[in-house]
Amino acid sequence: MLSERIKNTINGIRHQFPTEQALLLPLLHEIQEEHGWLSIDSMKAAGEFLNLPLSKVREVASFYTMYKLEPCGKVDVQICTNISCWLNGSDKLVSCAEKKLGIKTGETTKDGKFTLSQVECLASCGTAPVVQMNQDYFENISTEEFSKLLDDASRDLDQGKVVGKSTQKPGVWP
Amino acid sequence: MMYNNEHFEPVITKFVNEAGSETIDFYINKENGYKALEKALKMKPAEVVDEVKKSNLRGRGGAGFPTGMKWSFMPANPVDANGNPKPKYLVCNADEGEPGTFKDRLIMTKTPHKMIEGMIIGGHAIGSNKGFVYIRGEFHKEIRLMQKAIDDAYARGFLGKNILGSDFHFDLVIYKGAGAYICGEETALLNSLEGKRGEPRLKPPFPAQVGAFGMPSCVNNVETFAAVPYIISEGAEKYAKMGTERAGGTRLIGVSGHVNKPGVYEFPMNLSINEIIEIAGGVKGGKLKAVIPGGASAPMLRADECDVKTDYESLAKAGTMAGSGGIIVMNDTVNIVEATYTLLKFYEHESCGQCSQCREGSHWLARMFKRILDGGGTQDDLDYVAKICGNMAGQTICAFADAVTGPALSSVKKFRNEFEELIRNGGLHGNKKQVNVNEGVHV
Repeated sequence: MLSERIKNTINGIRHQFPTEQALLLPLLHEIQEEHGWLSIDSMKAAGEFLNLPLSKVREVASFYTMYKLEPCGKVDVQICTNISCWLNGSDKLVSCAEKKLGIKTGETTKDGKFTLSQVECLASCGTAPVVQMNQDYFENISTEEFSKLLDDASRDLDQGKVVGKSTQKPGVWP
Repeated sequence: MMYNNEHFEPVITKFVNEAGSETIDFYINKENGYKALEKALKMKPAEVVDEVKKSNLRGRGGAGFPTGMKWSFMPANPVDANGNPKPKYLVCNADEGEPGTFKDRLIMTKTPHKMIEGMIIGGHAIGSNKGFVYIRGEFHKEIRLMQKAIDDAYARGFLGKNILGSDFHFDLVIYKGAGAYICGEETALLNSLEGKRGEPRLKPPFPAQVGAFGMPSCVNNVETFAAVPYIISEGAEKYAKMGTERAGGTRLIGVSGHVNKPGVYEFPMNLSINEIIEIAGGVKGGKLKAVIPGGASAPMLRADECDVKTDYESLAKAGTMAGSGGIIVMNDTVNIVEATYTLLKFYEHESCGQCSQCREGSHWLARMFKRILDGGGTQDDLDYVAKICGNMAGQTICAFADAVTGPALSSVKKFRNEFEELIRNGGLHGNKKQVNVNEGVHV
């Protein structure tokens, strides 16, 4: 269930931590990165790998909002609706996305491309409103730009490209 | 983002607008980087702690606890039951998530080595050989940038074994969070670092006795560490002088909301909120109505109260707090009940759920505010808000519940007329009849 890549990554950082359980958050991140979400089977495998009971893995996985316990769209569209973004019109971004994608917040499009969610403060209040698509931040974004971004993402997905992970490419610094 | 460089010499943001400020070469060549570390390693640990004490540096994460004192709480030579020495851990809190606060992100992306150098000096001061940087999981770019900075510091011999030829070793490891506001609370952060649910711990024991992995630990904010190199190289006195009597140095202030030039600014603490808004380009889209002066948890101020200075004591005297340095500006088009509701929704979502006062209270408050907005509010609700808040603040394991009461109580106290208007008019859209009045909270 766990790929060699994941096992190697976790084994590679094992010496940095005094306990096995400290590896749980990194391990769940790695699994989700590969599978897109955390299934019961993958959580079982995580527990076996770290000698933790499934209950311990699940209580941790369910605590944190970044861990998806249900399948998620290829692009996780997260709109911050906290105070500074709200003051700068994030509600318009939400309605734009809902209209464009034909789903409500918390849902995934039928084609499995997009999941839409409203999230809490992403620490980008000075460049509000902000949308996070997978790993990438899009700051100070207008409704028009956002709408185009969704179109581009949809097209890129059709062409088999990875979307919203520009931070993984080497040499991409601000 | 805009940064202020005009009014005085900044400690942290002096070079952040220059290209390449995040690289180790820039830091070493242009900012005399890692010279403070060299100096600190020639000092005794206790002397470093004393210097930080004298600088009056106070924690920049929100609580404002004196940093030197926190460092001095660390036991000198802790041993376990068998007499074996225990490791000590130094932890950097980079779980930035207080609404209105975005300064640590600036440090991590534009001048990460300042923070790393501060941590190494801190490690020397408290006698720790291992540091963790706990960064919120959403910060993918920041994590990569920090990792690059740490790798570079290792390559130049500022991290690792026998740093700069001394007998001091220090390792630094990044730990990625997974989305939980509460992990900014230091003991919740420690639990999360151990791979557990991020639930705050009962204190005592304090982290200095039982911290990460059961070992003595010290947790400080990114900005706190970033101030340390300056204090060591320029001297505590100079740093202390820049601040007020009881709080040294400068502060990074994030100005957001309805201003023309939002962004992170570095300020001395003797500016008033009005002056800061002025520097941030003034209020946009209307007249000033209200300001949240220190991140979402700080009670809000009315426009007529904004002449207050932004140091810790002045804001405390004004019934609010300097908190994490996030100033959120609202103009007169904002409905305060609605604005407060966006905050209460956040707290409702982020309460860790350990203490019933907080778990239920944050939920009740959010539902009540929603009900008032939807037209189902009653005059009694306003008294209930105070009652619920009274049962939350100071009654729980951590300060989260107190934070919830900040916006809830201050909004009712200072903008009561807006609540009453909504109650009278049947909500934001005047649709009283459609709402079930029984829905919501009964205290």
